[in-house]
Parts: sequence; C-alpha cells; structure tokens
Amino acid sequence: MMANPADTALSDALADATERALREAEIRLPPDVLAVLRKAAAAERDAIARRELENILENIALAEERQVPICQDTGVPVIYLTLPPDIGLSPGLFEGVREGVRRATATIPLRPNVVDPLTRENTGDNTGAGMPAVHVAPGDRLTVTVLPKGAGSENVSRLGMLLPSQAAQIPRFVAETMLLAGGRPCPPVILGVGIGGTFDAAAALAKETLLLPIDTMDGYEQELCDAVNALGIGPMGLGGDTTALAVKVKRADCHTASLPVAVNVQCWACRRATVEVKR
Amino acid sequence: MNLQTPLGDEVLALRAGDQLTLSGTIYTARDEAHLRMMEEGIPFDPEGAAVYHCGPVVQDGRLVVAGPTTSARMNALTGFLIDAGVRALIGKGGMGQEVVEQLRGRAVYLALTGGCAALAAARMTLKGAYFEDLGMAEAVWVIEADRLPLTVGIDAHGGDLFEAIQQKAKTQFHQRFNIKQDTVS
Repeated sequence: MMANPADTALSDALADATERALREAEIRLPPDVLAVLRKAAAAERDAIARRELENILENIALAEERQVPICQDTGVPVIYLTLPPDIGLSPGLFEGVREGVRRATATIPLRPNVVDPLTRENTGDNTGAGMPAVHVAPGDRLTVTVLPKGAGSENVSRLGMLLPSQAAQIPRFVAETMLLAGGRPCPPVILGVGIGGTFDAAAALAKETLLLPIDTMDGYEQELCDAVNALGIGPMGLGGDTTALAVKVKRADCHTASLPVAVNVQCWACRRATVEVKR
Repeated sequence: MNLQTPLGDEVLALRAGDQLTLSGTIYTARDEAHLRMMEEGIPFDPEGAAVYHCGPVVQDGRLVVAGPTTSARMNALTGFLIDAGVRALIGKGGMGQEVVEQLRGRAVYLALTGGCAALAAARMTLKGAYFEDLGMAEAVWVIEADRLPLTVGIDAHGGDLFEAIQQKAKTQFHQRFNIKQDTVS
C-alpha cells in the first residue's frame, strides 16, 4: 500500500512529527496551563493545597530539567490531524502516525499502556486496534496534534443524555461529575464539556475542547468553573480553593428531543502539542 | 518531620492532614502484584514496610518516572498487607472505608501528589525487583526513597482527610443546587 515513494516519504514525515509532538507534550506543559497553575498556587489559601501545587510546579520543572515525562501515566495517544487540500486521506497517513507512536514509546520512553480490553494483553508499543485514536479535519497546513490521555481522569468522565428542558441543570451535572470523581482524577482538573450533537459527538466534542487554551473563559465557562471550585475538593482531593483550573465548552446543534452533555475530565497535566509536518 | 523505614509505632502518632517526609526502602505494588502476593506470599519483609501504589517507567535499571497511581483500586486487596505488618501505604486519591478500618491502630495512608512522577523519581533510587514477569507497571520494585513529601491522608485512628473533604463537598453541592434529598450516590 506504500509502494508510491511520495506516499512513503509522507508517512515517514508524519511519523517523525508525531514522535516530536509526543516528546514535547509528555515533557513540557503548554504555557497557558503553566501560567494558570502558577496563578492558582499564588492564590490558594489552604496550606495543604499550597504544598500540593508547589509539588506540581517543582515536578514540572524537574521533568523539563531531566527531559523525562511529567507523569508516569504517559496516557494513550489521541491524535488530531489537519490535512491541506492537496493531501488526500491515505492508509500511509495512519501508518505514519502509528509508527510515530511506536518510536515515541521506545525513545522518550513512554509506558506501554495499550491492552486488549478483555484479555488485558499489552501490545507493548502503545498501538493496537483503534489505537492511536486518530481524528482528521481539513486545514491550511499538514499538522499533527497529540493529546496523550491518562486513565485516572478519563475513568471519571461522564456523559448524560439530558432532557431538552434541563439546560439549566448543566452546571449541576458538571459539578456532580466532579463530586463523584473527588480526588481520583488528580485535581486541579480541566473539564472539557461538550454540549449537543449526538451521544458520540458530545463525547468527541468534550475531548476536543481540551485542546483549547485554558487561560481565558467566557461567562458560561466561568460559571461552571465556579460551581466546581465551590465544592472545595482541592488539589488531589485534600481540600482547598483549586479544584478546577478551567472549564471549557464546545457546542454542536442537536436533535430537538435531545440534550447530550459530556464532561471529559483532564488532570492538571494537560499535555498537548502540535507539530507541522515538513514536506 | 522525617520518617525512616522500617516504620514502627511512630506512625500511630500521626493525624490526618499532617505533612511529613519519608525516607528508606519502599516497595511498589499495583493490582497484579497484590493478587500475586495474596497467592504466593509477600516477597519482602512486610514488618514495618511501606508499600507504594505505583507503576513506574524503568529504563536500563533506572527509574525514569515514578509517581503514585490511584490507590482505591487496591481497596479490596490491602487487608493481608496490614495483617502482615505493613505500616504505611503511599498513593493518591485515598482508600475505602474497609481500609480505614484495617489501618486502625496499626498503619497509615500517606498521599503523594498525583502526577508528580519526575519529582518522585528525583528522590528515589532503584534497588531491585520482584515479579518482573508481571511487566514494568505491575512488578514490585524495591526503591530507596529520600525525603518524599507526603500528607497523612488516613491516620491510624479512623481520621480520613479525603472523606472529610468529600462530605464537605457533598454539603456544598446540595446547598448550591438546592437539593433536598440525597440524589447523589
């Protein structure tokens, strides 16, 4: 399937970009996440919470200094590609991304996290059936964006098929998600909220929302964030002012009889990076 | 305050919310290691030991990163360790009521900041391993720790900081959304 030399070159360039994006994401947090963490540490009033946030900031500095992943749960690879008009969808693109994940697993190194869902047999290289998850969208440039997703926060994410009359209950649903999660997702968290679409689209939207910068929130996002922080769960569930660093929302239109709401929980290590593919 | 393993009755004086550091030998164990130990016995001396809920990344005999994993997964797998003399569990997120009871009068649960894998590795040296056939994340790694920064999450007197915070959060939630009945599990 990759007999065409141009196809092989593209696949290889994509592998290289994927590996570089994973290295960047795993070792260094984006500037917006770091800025919001620092601001939270400065504002925190609880002594235990303050030390938790100081540990987090020290950990981030040490990861960069030692060039090691920020967290040992290096996640499963979630990948977003943008394709310019002259690049068609081909098997080589997907193979390139898979190869990049394999290389990153060996060279960074990443923990092999991907297993068969029932036998639990580990594939050893973070690829497998449906892994990495690859999402493709049209764009101006050929880019690969990685969002390595840890299990602690993913496991407490939640989707509700609310009634159309329950729009006012969305803040309650979001806060309830965090209440049920407690300290398990490694707060302070970032919540990606997908509102509308269909059952599956709401979840995909919620995950995509985690790619947005978190240093700004609109009025609605701030309202949701305040409702979560009022719980006082704090860093690691040990109490404090800082439970959520940000809540980000994306919307899609939906069926007149539906109101899907998905909350994708992300730990403080909101790892993401984008690399443009050189060709 | 710095604690040194092997631990003894000094852990009984700790209270939920106390902050301390811990040094000395600790042993990692996750789900699979607990199950193996229940079947085949504990491969290290459990008397006064500290068990760390952690699946590290190891490369060339060196700890690359070694932060804590979610302790609650081990809720139903912990009693035999405390019975055998383990004095401290280290992890993140706290543990269930059954573990709070098992710790009573005997041992403590210490919280290490979740995700702080580089920080943890910077204060640890790898000394050995048991059950390596379980794979990198599930093996029991023997680690020498140097002043790990910890918070007492559950003390030996039933004090549980996680539960206290969770109860407060529940009250806040009910007040904010004006919920009369307890509709949250």
